[in-house]
Amino acid sequence: MKLDLDPEYEAFRADVSETLTKNRHLAPTAEDKGYKNAKRIAWQKLLIQHGLAARTIPKAYGGYGAEPDILKARIIAEEFARTRIPGPMSGQGIAMLVPTLLELGTEAQKQAYIRPTIEGEMIWCQGYSEPGAGSDLAALRTSAVEDGDDYVINGSKIWTSTAKQADMIFCLVRTDPAAKKHEGITYITFPMTTPGIEIRPLVDMTGSANFNEVFFTDVGVPKSGVIFEPNKGWQVANATLTHERGMLGDPNATKARFLELVTLMKSESVNGQRLIDNVLLRDRLMKLQSEVYAMQANGLRITTSRLKGEQAGLAGLIVKLNGCDLNHEIARLAIDALGELGILYEEGEHLRADGSWQWRYMYDLGLIIGGGTAQIQKNIIAERGLGMPREPKLAKA
Amino acid sequence: MEFALSEDQRLLQDSLKGVLAGAASLDQIRKIAAGDPEASGALETALADFGLASLLVPEDAGGLGLGLLDACLVQEALGYHIAPSGFLAGALAATVLGAHPDLLTLIAAGEAKFGLAVTELTSRRDGAGVSFAEGKLTGTSLLAMNVEGATHLLAGDNEGHLHVVQMIKNDNQMRTIDKTRAFHEVKFTGEKPVACAERDARFLGIARLLIAADTLGAAQAMIDKAVAYAAERQQFGRVIGSFQAVKHMCAEMAAKLEPGRALIWHAAHALDTGDAEGPMMANLAKSYMAEAGTFIARTSTEVHGGMGFTDLVGLHYWFKRIGVNRQLFGSPEQARETAAELQGLMA
Repeated sequence: MKLDLDPEYEAFRADVSETLTKNRHLAPTAEDKGYKNAKRIAWQKLLIQHGLAARTIPKAYGGYGAEPDILKARIIAEEFARTRIPGPMSGQGIAMLVPTLLELGTEAQKQAYIRPTIEGEMIWCQGYSEPGAGSDLAALRTSAVEDGDDYVINGSKIWTSTAKQADMIFCLVRTDPAAKKHEGITYITFPMTTPGIEIRPLVDMTGSANFNEVFFTDVGVPKSGVIFEPNKGWQVANATLTHERGMLGDPNATKARFLELVTLMKSESVNGQRLIDNVLLRDRLMKLQSEVYAMQANGLRITTSRLKGEQAGLAGLIVKLNGCDLNHEIARLAIDALGELGILYEEGEHLRADGSWQWRYMYDLGLIIGGGTAQIQKNIIAERGLGMPREPKLAKA
Repeated sequence: MEFALSEDQRLLQDSLKGVLAGAASLDQIRKIAAGDPEASGALETALADFGLASLLVPEDAGGLGLGLLDACLVQEALGYHIAPSGFLAGALAATVLGAHPDLLTLIAAGEAKFGLAVTELTSRRDGAGVSFAEGKLTGTSLLAMNVEGATHLLAGDNEGHLHVVQMIKNDNQMRTIDKTRAFHEVKFTGEKPVACAERDARFLGIARLLIAADTLGAAQAMIDKAVAYAAERQQFGRVIGSFQAVKHMCAEMAAKLEPGRALIWHAAHALDTGDAEGPMMANLAKSYMAEAGTFIARTSTEVHGGMGFTDLVGLHYWFKRIGVNRQLFGSPEQARETAAELQGLMA
């Protein structure tokens, strides 16, 4: 057990901190909204140049070209969080498509897509879930039929975030309807400007459209957009889903949120009493703190496993389930602590924190369901973590 | 950076578990619970031979000089096998008696065995409480631990100070739900302490952390038993472990337990290295494991169905271990209050 870092890493931390502080005036602010904002793109390019974004992406594709180093990646994330300077861009293109291309893309695909994606000039959306294929993703039915050098795509996708802003989509389609359900799927990329694509915003319980439905009617796309090989899409997608599960439930983000809640309870008063001095609320706060600290320690354990090149086992499998639940519970306590004023939303004189606690409370429920539902997570924990048997398949009628 | 157990620590825990698998098998535990002195004697000898007493005693006093993380691993193994042991009391005494090398040497040699009368440090009621005046202790302490066979008693007084007295003759046992561990009401009638020590945040933190580690072990055992039972028991023509209703109960238990293990390691390491957050994290660990343990004790019993409720499978010994641990050295609510206090959240 050793939690302090070697001098090499402490020196690296000092360098990162210095770079961030020196360039802080160039960082985008709350005014710089939206995708493809010039200031945000310039900031992203600056971060890449200094090795603070796209750090391990090869130089040939526009990245910084460093060797993977889990501790350095961690230090960079911690320094962004500590200094509260806006971090690198994220999104499904950067987080999911780029790692997939690096692993399975052709040289031409890597050359065409990686640089604009990591620099924020090319936005991607993900076409996985369908109305009839949620937890059972492999039941997807959007079809792609060969037509010379093209595929013709028909069907629809749902839960597509950034569909409106996206230049490109990476999509799972059924290319072989006769094959077993996991074996007839192809992973394909194509421009969202292709004729025949219709986007309908999907308004959710938060009141905004964080996701969309996307409809394809005779959409002709070149076969050159296939990643890896036709009918091997399930393996390709599994490579990226691993990246997504890693993003949901990050304990450092949860800790930051918990600290916001502590600040709220120290600064707000009801009937002349600080919220933190209310014994019942404080007890709930401390209960959450024990969970926040436990998940942070669990995160340290996972980092160590990765450093050693070992599987993290149960410690890794529980992160999405516990982390998303904890975020939801932190927002719930914030709302309860605010009491009557906790129901205010969107705008108005007495609104606290721009109504973000209610927004998070609802949005986090979405994340408990999305990216593999809590129930699917429990199946995974039981089967892969505890070695329990799978549910027997129903005999076909 | 390395957040993991060392090879030595793994070995320590594995070899102790090996000893406990024999000396604290369920058959032996049943005998101990029924008051069989031979069974408890055999367990005590096995643990003494293993050298548990000297673990936390500094090397210059003849001990092994190991840390709290090691102590947590030992306590976890004891909890896993629901083994009664004076380890916790001895470990606590060793951590506060730094100024008394004579006593430390006796602890390391297994000649001084400690009982623990500190309930009133966290909860005083029914007229209990110990006062220290003119160099003498008077009063009563409820639910004193590990009194049988002890040579010394570590007692807390009403001002929160700690005292060591020679063991007081006592046969006033208090019956609890847990028949494997004996608790006593102890009366002080003017005993003169042979040593005194200060109770600081660290003392209570260590006590609570060790009891959290005990619950971690007991809860892990309950999960292992539930998963094993679900793989054997058949209903509706299938093993019940293939039903999602059962699998999800097991997954929920594991999801609650694993972060608790990491929190205990982290808190122990923080206390070992003098990190200012150590005592606070130890209190959070006590709260966390009390809640997770309670959930697991109930859920594992439910996975066992009707059998879990019977004496036949003996699962109730673990249920009761966890239930008693939840209250020892203060309830989870009290641990959370201490944690809030330690980080300056109280007005």
